[in-house]
Amino acid sequence: MSRVFIAGLGAVSPAGWNVAALSEALDKGEPLPTQPMERPGWKKPLQARLVPNPAVRPEFLAHPRLRRTSPITHYVVAAALEAMAKLRANPDPKFRLGLVVCLQSGCVNYTCRFFDETLKDPATASPLLFPETVYAAPASHVAAVLENVSLASTLVGDPSAFLQGVALGAQWLDENRVDVCLVIGAEETNWILADALWHLERSAILTAGAGALCICREPKLSAGVELADITDPQTYSAHHGRMQAARTMRGQLGKSSPGELLCDSLGNSSRADAPELAAWRDWTGPRISPKRILGEGLMAAAAWQCVAACDAVASGRFAAANVSLVGFNQQAIGARFVRADSGISHLSAGKSIGNIRS
Amino acid sequence: MLFPTTSPPQTPSRVVITGAGIITALGLGWKHNAKGFRSGKVAFRPVSLFDVSRQRAKRAAEIDLPAALPSTHLNARQIARLDRAASLLLLAACEAWQQSGWKPTESLPLFLGTTAGGMSLGEAYFRQAVQMPRNHRRQPTRAVHYQPQVQARLVLDALGSNGPITIVSNACASGGNAIGHAWELIRYGRAECVLAGGYDALSELVFSGFDALQALSTTICRPFDARRDGLALGEGAAVVALETLESARRRGASILGELIGYGTSIDQHHLTQPHPHGDTTLAVMKQACATAGVTPGDIDYLNAHGTGTVLNDSSEALAINEWAGHRAATLPVSSTKASIGHLLGAAGAVEAVICLMTLLEQWLPPERLFETPDPACKFPIVHKPRDARVNVVLSNSFGFGGVNATLILRRWT
Repeated sequence: MSRVFIAGLGAVSPAGWNVAALSEALDKGEPLPTQPMERPGWKKPLQARLVPNPAVRPEFLAHPRLRRTSPITHYVVAAALEAMAKLRANPDPKFRLGLVVCLQSGCVNYTCRFFDETLKDPATASPLLFPETVYAAPASHVAAVLENVSLASTLVGDPSAFLQGVALGAQWLDENRVDVCLVIGAEETNWILADALWHLERSAILTAGAGALCICREPKLSAGVELADITDPQTYSAHHGRMQAARTMRGQLGKSSPGELLCDSLGNSSRADAPELAAWRDWTGPRISPKRILGEGLMAAAAWQCVAACDAVASGRFAAANVSLVGFNQQAIGARFVRADSGISHLSAGKSIGNIRS
Repeated sequence: MLFPTTSPPQTPSRVVITGAGIITALGLGWKHNAKGFRSGKVAFRPVSLFDVSRQRAKRAAEIDLPAALPSTHLNARQIARLDRAASLLLLAACEAWQQSGWKPTESLPLFLGTTAGGMSLGEAYFRQAVQMPRNHRRQPTRAVHYQPQVQARLVLDALGSNGPITIVSNACASGGNAIGHAWELIRYGRAECVLAGGYDALSELVFSGFDALQALSTTICRPFDARRDGLALGEGAAVVALETLESARRRGASILGELIGYGTSIDQHHLTQPHPHGDTTLAVMKQACATAGVTPGDIDYLNAHGTGTVLNDSSEALAINEWAGHRAATLPVSSTKASIGHLLGAAGAVEAVICLMTLLEQWLPPERLFETPDPACKFPIVHKPRDARVNVVLSNSFGFGGVNATLILRRWT
């Protein structure tokens, strides 16, 4: 199989509209402040971490396809453009681009608005809203903005599906169907999603945003990071629970070298986190838990984990970074990113950063 | 490992279908559906699942669910949590599984396409959250079982199996893409057997959405008819058991047909409208033919996406005309959406199974209510039941958002 390199990273998160803001928040290690989110029918609001308005209105919002689009599309496009910035600056950017967009909840804002209108009076429900409710809408919009997308797919699942999206992109590269592939995980917030999360996990704080990995076959396009492994997805079943799935995933990632980073999917729930904590009990190296800083971003959070891992390797702080994703109700899956020029992760301990716990 | 994998084989594996399950408004299972499609039976009736009194359109192709589900490994609690969509999926999967003769395994990849998953549970969640904000009963269960990956897991549990789940949601191309992705997985040596398909149930939100867009026919759904005025919605599911030819031969399995080609691309013209000249449709049909090693002259029947909307059918007709060239004049084309409506995420999978029926039983599915040929169509629309020699068939699926899929299947002799 071809080698796969990371050509660029992009992120929109409650920390801001780029990877630098994400990294800064993770380095600082302090949970970001929460904001109240009104829950109709309740006196007490729910809590969420909202994506701040960008300091300057992004130019891409002037694109005609982005009129009336919901926040998730804005996040997806912003993350995509950041991840593609280096490639798009190339004077001859004629490459076949693949696009995989991964979502768990997807376009909840327009879905709720449209259904609310339907319940009130279907005869006046807005035809402008409905097309924006489909899972495939963000992929369609970002493809229109990027223009050279030749192959696209939207995958739905729990956050662990993001690494299946990366594997699908790698497969397209290997089959020479595309030269470069963008893999994006994204979500948006609204009160109904915060309400659902409250019903399932009271300690979780909902957030939103997007993360993007731009992957390629060409070493010369690499940002200094190579995809080394993605484990088999360990699907949960009646006989294969989260605990066992997490342990098998951990086993497949193999023994790590000293100084590697672990980027895990721990939140703030002792019950939900138990399988992942158990699977990595023997981990003594530095680790980072983006959801504890940023919040529960569902598919976006999985993408941030990969972005943070790749960024830590690209910046030279670590020779390798492991990503552990123990999903809510689908599977456990892991990945390993290594420094492209080192070949493997045998360098000695990297220097520490703020939030990384040794 | 999912990555890196072993290098693809020098010669891609041949992929055959050894099991097929289907449920539509024509009935449950191959036999009822084959009988219905062969005669061009039309399954539309007034919508009873939700109130449509304030909608423009009043009819859809609703399914009568059987009183009981087949016996599986699911326990009573799991069965109680199945919503309408998950029940449809389970029924189709059980038929395909039984026909394939596969045994329970811990490594069976499942590829499914859907646009709405458990939308009816999502709607119930929203209604209760708005109308009874302090009533939390059943809300956690709805929040979990609304998600398609949970429905997919129940299917694997029902079959006593496990394996990686991939949910494709490329709107109305989802079912075709799920089967196409599965085909690629087997073809390039990444799996030996895959269960793949699509499912979607009727839901108020989706019905209301198409009605708001004025995309629903208020008369009769007549794809490619000059007087067509829109699509009609339906519901259903189809699942196929795909495996390498070597695996099927080793097991001595009955082979229903061979999947020989797949094309997919994205039309960036508009979120809901195809390119008026059908450029991407043309590209995916060419791509599928190239992978299959066939030409339009080899195709004996084309199962069109053919929704019945003015824009879709004119765009698809132009693409078929150009792709088929001289062959267009004699190429039989029909859209089975005239019988069962548009099944959205299930459409591509259901239509693939209908194509299998034509290959195995040697007939063409007619559009019985087709009346007035559209001059834009240079190809004949099958509008009367007829037997035919069918060796290679092509099936198109296009979705909101622009992702298109074309599958090509060949008769197994």
